[in-house]
Amino acid sequence: MSELHLEISKVGIEFPTQKGSFCALQDINLKINKGEFVSLIGHSGCGKSTVLNIVAGLYKATTGGVMLNGREVNAPGPERAVVFQNHSLLPWLTVYQNVELGVKQIFKGKKTRTEMAEWIVHNLELVHMTHAMHRRPDEISGGMKQRVGIARALAMEPQVLLMDEPFGALDALTRAHLQDSLMDIQNQLGNTVIMITHDVDEAVLLSDRIVMMTNGPSATVGEILDIKLPRPRNRLVLAEDPEYNGYRTAVLRFLYDKQKKIEPTTTIQREKTTADASNIKVA
Amino acid sequence: MSEATTLLTTKSLNPGSTFYKALLTKCSSTKIRDLLLSAFLPILGLMIFLLFWQVGSQHIKTSLGTFPGPKEVAVQWKNLIAEQKDENLREIAFYERQLKRNTEALKADPKAEIQNRKYSGHPTFFSKIKTSLGTVLCGFLLATLIAIPVGIVIGLSQSLYRAINPVIQIFKPVSPLAWLPLITLIVSSAYVSESPMFSKSFIISLLTVTLCSMWPTMINTAVGVASVSKDLINVSRVLRLGWFTHVIKIVLPWSIPMMFTGLRLSLGIAWMVLIAAEMLAQNPGLGKFVWDEFQNGSSDSLGRICVAVLTIGFIGFALDRTLLAIQSYINWDKSAVVR
Repeated sequence: MSELHLEISKVGIEFPTQKGSFCALQDINLKINKGEFVSLIGHSGCGKSTVLNIVAGLYKATTGGVMLNGREVNAPGPERAVVFQNHSLLPWLTVYQNVELGVKQIFKGKKTRTEMAEWIVHNLELVHMTHAMHRRPDEISGGMKQRVGIARALAMEPQVLLMDEPFGALDALTRAHLQDSLMDIQNQLGNTVIMITHDVDEAVLLSDRIVMMTNGPSATVGEILDIKLPRPRNRLVLAEDPEYNGYRTAVLRFLYDKQKKIEPTTTIQREKTTADASNIKVA
Repeated sequence: MSEATTLLTTKSLNPGSTFYKALLTKCSSTKIRDLLLSAFLPILGLMIFLLFWQVGSQHIKTSLGTFPGPKEVAVQWKNLIAEQKDENLREIAFYERQLKRNTEALKADPKAEIQNRKYSGHPTFFSKIKTSLGTVLCGFLLATLIAIPVGIVIGLSQSLYRAINPVIQIFKPVSPLAWLPLITLIVSSAYVSESPMFSKSFIISLLTVTLCSMWPTMINTAVGVASVSKDLINVSRVLRLGWFTHVIKIVLPWSIPMMFTGLRLSLGIAWMVLIAAEMLAQNPGLGKFVWDEFQNGSSDSLGRICVAVLTIGFIGFALDRTLLAIQSYINWDKSAVVR
């Protein structure tokens, strides 16, 4: 369990803008063991997703790098499967075909046709989606789409599962449901997971470690919190657990006390306007 | 007072109440009214048009007599059908004569050499429609075969798009009438054959149609391909899809709506260009029909040209609808409104 698996070392990224380069991330160091569930939490715009995209290989780090099993990664690949926030299913394919696209690509020549079919169904069973196998994404609900997104990622047999705010766009009940499903699957498969979230409860409930990020620009890892709650975890039992609430408070304190979102002075225009808008509301 | 109001509301919410019945009748009557209007208004529009045509045509005097109204045009339409029937009879008679001649010759001398000739009557209005349709479809098909692959390639690469775009923009507005002399000369010198499979006029019209009609498909395909959602591209990158699979599985389905917008524009242009090309290239289609009638200058000519104009319009409309039907069949997004 404690074997070093994924290492993010001294990662920083700069984006070119009209006013010169903008440093989004700086000096991010993180070591993740096999089978560990790590959450990245921070205020919106702090660069959580950028970290994930660098690990996925979708962005290239300006400084530093990511090592998986002792080898540097700098291009995207199925061993680091991504569950996207907005599911990103191909709307013209059925649920089954969406999962099949990846399976065919990865297991070409390694599995027979029937083995592939069984593997696809197996993964859809894991997320309880076999009943809607032949429906198109626009015919199923948001929560179901996200389940399929998870099945698609799991079917790639990834070494690391990267989840970019997977439940961010869902309503609270559906989200709780999917979190329980994810815990079950994690319990069965023991995947290494990096999940981006801005939901404190979600982070504490699901993670072995919570990585809290400071605000940008030049965001970096602020604190790391080990969650030593025993598994399997039950949200109802934990709700009154003092240890659970202690972790919760620690994260909240970091987010709203130490890293209180201050109005950015220079940086992106979009952020400025949202900050202005919130000021008006307060006034 | 408040008790009375409650009573009133409960009563009016009861499904059997007169209030509901009135609402229902009102709903169904609006539905019927919508239906009537959607059938009635187009007919009304056509009637008004015919009226204006009838009245207006009486005031237009030409060297070939008064401009034909709807009635005269209808007469010419009947004439053209009659001509077709005559031609059919003549063809049948020709083959009967040939068969008779041959059997007689064989009877007299079993070793006699028999000649089976094909009937070559002069092309009628309807055979000209057929020629025009064949030419435009071949030209459009060739244009599509060029435009879609090129569109995909330049849509995928921003630099290639920038490099090719000026050429597209310069050739796009060129009139078919400007292309035609060039194409005619090239075809005349390049397409030389003892027994040509296609007539030169067909090749010239086809190439003109292709050259003029491929641009909208090319540009729209490129724009559609370039607009593929970043998320889907990321999915493709994570899966490490090969170039070909990426195009087939992600790029093509995504760009189908844009592609069809282009195809419909292209087909419209192709049909318009064809008539002009046929006039000058003397391809025996509708364009030549109009030209011949113009040169002929009989008192019927204007009416016959009007028949051709209406036919051209109807066929253009039908072609567009056909493409629309194909689009709604192919398109994955069945909820999309295509019009």
